[in-house]
This record gives sequence, C-alpha cells and structure tokens, in this order.
Amino acid sequence: MTRHLAWLAMAGVVAAPLALWQAPAQAATPRDTVVMAKKIDDIITLDPGEAYELSGEEIVTNVYDRLIRFEAEDLTKMVGGVAASWTISDDSKTFTFKLRPGQKFQDTGSTLTAEDAAFSLQRVILMDKTPAFLISQLGWTKDNVKDLVKALDPLTLQFTTPNKYAPSLVLNLMSSVVGSVVEKKVALQHEEKGDFGNGWLKTHTAASGPFKLISWKPNESVTLEANPTYRLGAPAVKRVIVRHIPEAASQALLLQKGDIDIARDLNPDQLKTLAGDKAIKVETFAGSDTYYAGMNLAYEPFKNPKVRDAMRYLIDYDGMVNSFLKGNFFVHQAFLPKGFMGAMNENEYKLDVAKAKLLLAEAGYPNGFEVRLDTWNSSPMAEIAQSMQQTMGMAGIKVNIVPAEQKQVLTIYRARKHQMAALSWGPDYLDPHTNADTFSFNPDNSDGAARKPLAWRNSWDIPELTKETEAAAQEPDSAKRETMYLDLQKKVMETGPFLIMFQPTFQVAERTNVKGMIAGITSDLTYYRKLTK
Amino acid sequence: MTATIDVTRPSRRRVGLIALPVRRLLGVLLSLVLTFLGLTIVTFVIGRVIPIDPVLAIVGEHASASTYDAVRLEIGLDLPIPVQYWRYLTKVLSGDFGNSVITSQPVLVDLLNVFPATIELSFLALVIGVALGIPCGVVGAAQRGRWPDHVIRMASLFGYSMPVFWLGLVGLLVFYAKLGWVEGPGRIDVGYDDIVPTVTGMITVDSVLSGDWEVFWNALSHLALPATILGYISLAYVARMTRSFMLGQLQQEYVLAARAKGLSETRVIWIHALGNIWVQLITVVALTFGNLLQGAVLTETVFAWPGLGLYMKNSLFNADLNAVLGGTTLIGAVYICLNFLSDLLYPLVDPRARSRS
Repeated sequence: MTRHLAWLAMAGVVAAPLALWQAPAQAATPRDTVVMAKKIDDIITLDPGEAYELSGEEIVTNVYDRLIRFEAEDLTKMVGGVAASWTISDDSKTFTFKLRPGQKFQDTGSTLTAEDAAFSLQRVILMDKTPAFLISQLGWTKDNVKDLVKALDPLTLQFTTPNKYAPSLVLNLMSSVVGSVVEKKVALQHEEKGDFGNGWLKTHTAASGPFKLISWKPNESVTLEANPTYRLGAPAVKRVIVRHIPEAASQALLLQKGDIDIARDLNPDQLKTLAGDKAIKVETFAGSDTYYAGMNLAYEPFKNPKVRDAMRYLIDYDGMVNSFLKGNFFVHQAFLPKGFMGAMNENEYKLDVAKAKLLLAEAGYPNGFEVRLDTWNSSPMAEIAQSMQQTMGMAGIKVNIVPAEQKQVLTIYRARKHQMAALSWGPDYLDPHTNADTFSFNPDNSDGAARKPLAWRNSWDIPELTKETEAAAQEPDSAKRETMYLDLQKKVMETGPFLIMFQPTFQVAERTNVKGMIAGITSDLTYYRKLTK
Repeated sequence: MTATIDVTRPSRRRVGLIALPVRRLLGVLLSLVLTFLGLTIVTFVIGRVIPIDPVLAIVGEHASASTYDAVRLEIGLDLPIPVQYWRYLTKVLSGDFGNSVITSQPVLVDLLNVFPATIELSFLALVIGVALGIPCGVVGAAQRGRWPDHVIRMASLFGYSMPVFWLGLVGLLVFYAKLGWVEGPGRIDVGYDDIVPTVTGMITVDSVLSGDWEVFWNALSHLALPATILGYISLAYVARMTRSFMLGQLQQEYVLAARAKGLSETRVIWIHALGNIWVQLITVVALTFGNLLQGAVLTETVFAWPGLGLYMKNSLFNADLNAVLGGTTLIGAVYICLNFLSDLLYPLVDPRARSRS
C-alpha cells in the first residue's frame, strides 16, 4: 500500500507542474510593432528639463523634437529640428532661430511657436534640475533668463548669452536634451506650486517628436506609438515597446524565440552563442564613455608627476582588450572620445614595467608603495582593477582593491576620499568642451568649491590649464579650436592624475528582419524612427 | 458558596466571549504599531548610514552644486536624523508614504502595482510547494531509509541547494527556448498587454473576471515556470519539515497502539500521525508564504517579473528611502497578518487549541 502511495506521490511531483504547461506558445511579435529588450530601471523622469539618465534621455530623444539636432539620416551633421535656420551676431553672443511653420504638437494639435521654444529653455533654468548646468554655463540665471531668451514673433526665437562661448559650443548645447520643445500651454495647465509642469511631465509628455508616449510602467516597459503628424512623416513602425528585461541571458533567449526583435544589453558570452543563429544579426556601435582611474593628489606618492607617469606604464592596455574586454572596448588614452571633434586618437602608453621602475626610483619610490583602489563590484571594472593590481604589483606597488556598489564609489569619489578610484565618465553633449570642462578644468581647488569637476576630485590644481580650457571654449575659429583641444588632451595625458584606458563599443543583437536601428555615441543620438521589420 | 460560583461563571464566560476577538484585534493592532515603529526606525537609520548619497541617486554625478543643494533641501537631508524621522512618521500616519524618487509616483501606488504580481507568483508557488511538499514529506517519513525516502531527500536537497538563478535560466532554456511549453520572461505577451481592465492587478484573476480566456492562458503560461521553480524550492523546505515532524509522531506510543489495534498503515500514517502535525505545518506554510511574498529578487530578475523583490532591490541600490521604508512596512504587515491568520487556523485543526482558548 505505502509503496503505491510512494509511486503516486512521485508521479505527482513530476506531473503537477507539467500539467500547467500546456498553453500553446505564441511566438513572434506583432508585425507593426518593434519590441526591444533593454535595462530601463534607470529612468526616473521623462521631463526633458530633468531627464539625465541614459534610458530616459533616449526616450525623450524619440518623443520630443529639438531646436536643432543631429538627425538619424546623418549623425555627424547638425541640422535644424524645430528651427529651420539660424543666425549668429558678430560678437557671437546673440543667436536668432527661424522656426519651421506649421509644426503640430502630438496631443493637442496646436501649432508649435517660438513661445513654446523660449519657455522650454527658460524652464530648464527656472526649475534647476540636473540638466540645467548644460545651459546655465552660458550665464543664464533664474533672474535673467526670461529677458535673455525671448520669442520675437511666433516663428522667431532669439537668445543672448552673457558669457561668450564658441558658437559651435552653444549650438552643440542646443542640440542636447534641454533643446527639446515642450508645449507651454499644456505644461502650465498641469503646473503645481510653480513647478512649470515638472511633476506632471515626469510621467506624461507634451511633445512634437516622431513618437507619442503611450505608457511608462517603471521597471516594466515603455510603449511608444508613431506620431502621424511628425514633421518628417510618421515612423515606419506603428509601435515601439521597450521592455525592461534585467537579465542579459533572458534577453538572449527571448530574442532567439522571436518574442523580442532587438536585445540591447547582451554580453560577449551571449553574443558568442547567438553567432551561429541565422535568424539573428549583431551590429556594433561605438560608445562615448571614458573608462579611467583617478589618482588623488592628496595622497602623497601621487603628488610626484613621475609617479603618475610610472602608473601609466603599469597598465596592460592591450592585454585587457585582447582578453576579457575583447570586442567591447578599445584602448583610448585621451579624454575626448573617438568620434568627438578634436579627439586625439594616438595612444602613447603601453605596459613597460622596466620604464615604470626607473621612473619610480627617480621619484624616490624604488620599492613602490601601497595604495587603495576604490572601484565597482561589477564587470568590467572588477576585472580591470584586478589586472591593474597585478601589473602594478610588478613594480612593487601594492594595490588594495575595495569593490563597492557604483553609487557608493561615486559618493567616496565626489568627496575626494579615495586614493585611487577606477570608474567611467560619460560626456554630456556633443562638444569637446563637455569633457575638457571636467578633465582639464578646476577653477577652485578648495574643499568648499562650488564646482567639483574630475580635476577637483583628484585635487589637481591647474590654473594654467583651466585658462586654456576656457580659451578653447570661446575660440570662434573651429580649426583653431580643434588644435587647442589636441594640446589639452596631450597635457592631461602626460601630466594629469588620470589613467585613461578604454572607450567602449556596444553590440545590438536583432532579428534579421529588423532594420534601421540608429545608435550614435550618446543616447541623444539613438533613434527608433527608421526602424522597420 | 455554590450559588456564587453559579452566578459568576456564565457572566465571566460572556465577557470572555465578547472580549476575546476585541482583545485579539487590539493585540494585532498593537503588534502592528510596534512592528511598524521598529521597522521604520531600523530602516531609517540603516538608510542614513549606508555609504550612498541619496541626493546623488537623484541628481546624478553631473549636476551642478545648486541643483544638488536644492534637492538636498527638498528631501530634508539638512535636518537632524530624529527630526527627519519624525517628519516621515507624521506623514505616514496621515497615509502619505511619500514619493519614490525612481518612479516619481507615490510609494503606495508603486506598491499597489508591484505587489499583485508578487502575490500571483507566490500563491501559485505556495500551492505547488504545499500540495506536493506535504505528501513527499509524509512518504519520506513512512518509507524512512528506503529508496522513496532517498529520492525525495535528494530531490529536496537539490531544490534547497541549487541557486534559484541557475534553476531559472536552465528552466527557461529547456521549457521555453527548446521545448516551447511555456512562455518566456515577463508577465504577458506584448500583444495581450493592457487588454483586460485592471481590478486586482493579478492578470490571471483579472482575465477570469473579464472572461478573457486567451489572456488567462497566456498569463498562466508566463506564470507557470517561475511559479514552479519557486514552488520547487518551497517544496524542498516543506517536505523536509514534514518529514521530520512525521518521524517524531511515528515514534509516539499512540501510533504503536493504533498499529496494535490493527488499523491499516495508510490510516495510521495519513490520518492519525499526519493529523497531529497540522499545527506545526501551518506555521511552516505561513512562513513559506511570507518568504515568498517578500519577493524573490533573483527569480524576478531572470523572469523580468515586475514584483516586490525587484522593486525593493532597485530602491535599495538607489537609496530611494521612501520606497524602501514603504516596502519594508508592507512586508512587516504581511508577516503580522500571516501570524494572525495561522493563530486563527490552529483551533480548526487542533482540538487542544480550541479548548485552551
């Protein structure tokens, strides 16, 4: 009897869960819909005056039209977006934009005017959220922005910048997320306690771009629908759904089964297994982050420039990109990423332990020293740190790795409590000033400084370079400006507190029938509107 | 003498009858309040001592000093911790758990969104775990040392010791990618999304309510694999506990007496012995359910299941204190409710508990 019972129970163990698995699997996504898997848990807002997270910015790029932009058709050429043309005064301080007539907002159908464009720029300054610094550097403040940014008539926007900057820099800033045009009437309708509609616009949109936001379910999905009234015509697909699939292996399985069309976050392991699948293709795009380690000059050994130089010879750049970073990073030692105007693409440093030892001996550290390295507890930084530990150990430098959560490392770094910290930096907009402004700029090295650029965080006091950086930002002649940046990069590379190592590339895996994914070097340049399937 | 006893007895009993539920309810409320206070204080302090700057989590690393300061003021970080705590507490008492910085929505709304997904998953997992775990445990104990016992013990050990992350991925690979028996990660196919109106937030229940069976099967098919995997892990625990409780009972003299009386082995084991461990089993089941309802971060990650576990993990990593506190309070409340529920169930399965109360 008990024997039978045992059999019954065993059969139950196997059969019961299987009994649930009978619903037929219905693969393939709808024909007019592109489904994309991506980690989107970084989205905290979709207000273009506030969004500064990669995924949030990407959605804003596809929902809002901007004053001017680098369009999907040619990512290297700046063209008018909402504006048709623009003129710049002789003193490079007054910019006048002529808007295209007859542009409509998605939900209300109202005509887009210069009043909306002026309001959109003003509210960025008045709200003072994260992206405000992009344009507050022009000299705009809460007190003067309403006078300096104006609509002259329904189709003419004019603004004046108190601080003089290179026109190319000002235009590049206008092509960033803050140049997105929000419908004034709608934003003000939902205004609460003088927030310029910020509370409402975090989760809703008042836009004129290629896609309408249907829904954003945090940690779940973002659903976009083609906007038939978009100025360049409705996008080819009716819907784009971005699904939050946090695990890369799950993304790969969904893609293979055809339940998603595009997977954005696959790692080399998964890409290798997908290589044999004829239904899937992989496209590679360049990223724009800078992976580097900062050496804090408050730590005695790093005060000596020879020690800093020795450190640069103690990294196995090629060894890393040829092994665990293969296919995802390339060596790039200048602070401007490849693809930026004025980027220096020659690398000066290689692993050379003998030379490093010589430099250390000259600096008075023949037996090396001990140093703490704060870094992320996640890939690839964890592996990069281990490689650094090993090669630096060859010259007697004992590196103690302290791995932690990314935000935790950042907290230490911003308070300059590190000795050495390995992390990454992403540019804010498509102009060389964005990185120069942080790698070679430090107007006040005191603890209470208002600005805390990367040079400050590593206690690198550089009045001369700071002046040169300012001059480069103001130089109206573009060719001359480029040489100035080349010079700055060389100086930072050879004397700075940064061990700049790598620039990433990223892979997008797609079903072969999917075409038209446009991913530029920043999320400002990631377009969905050319997608077809 | 006897007269006084006769008079007082019924009246005392009447008082007891009325007061008992009230007293119990008061007890529950008191434990709820104390637990809530304890939870919020501990979470609040931990939230303030973790080495992550919550302002940075909001504004990011590139923001200017003025933006940083404005946000710091806005979330009240300039105040002393006790004042911050007091402000939070008074808000919560008026029903306002604050807004999550990640989702920009009130924490309460967020919890109402994510918790049904977790309940749906946990409930099915619990059903699988209990319906199979208890029989397995009983058979294991009855067949102690023989092959069914070994098989069940090995299977539970496997469920107990394998990383759920690995089980999930292998499960997906086999049953979703290769065999195609179930749907993959996510709660529902994109084509079925937002079709049935949200009533409970549990898609299987909502689709039944609106009579849309196609959506129901799709949702169930998405649910099957993660629930089975979580169920398997619960099964492992329930089976092990049942087995050890049963072994204890089977050594009792009443079992010997029952066998000597000539009762069938089935009756001795499934009626007499099993009947005596229900109280302990209820506790085990309640604890298992509580564990499941906390949300299974790893399972939710692999299966892209937007439940409480994933929400709490995200909130913690972003130092989103309001969300963490709200979620912790919810989990605390769940445990208190489950405790209360098992207290109510004891008298139903054990006459001794009835007479005591």
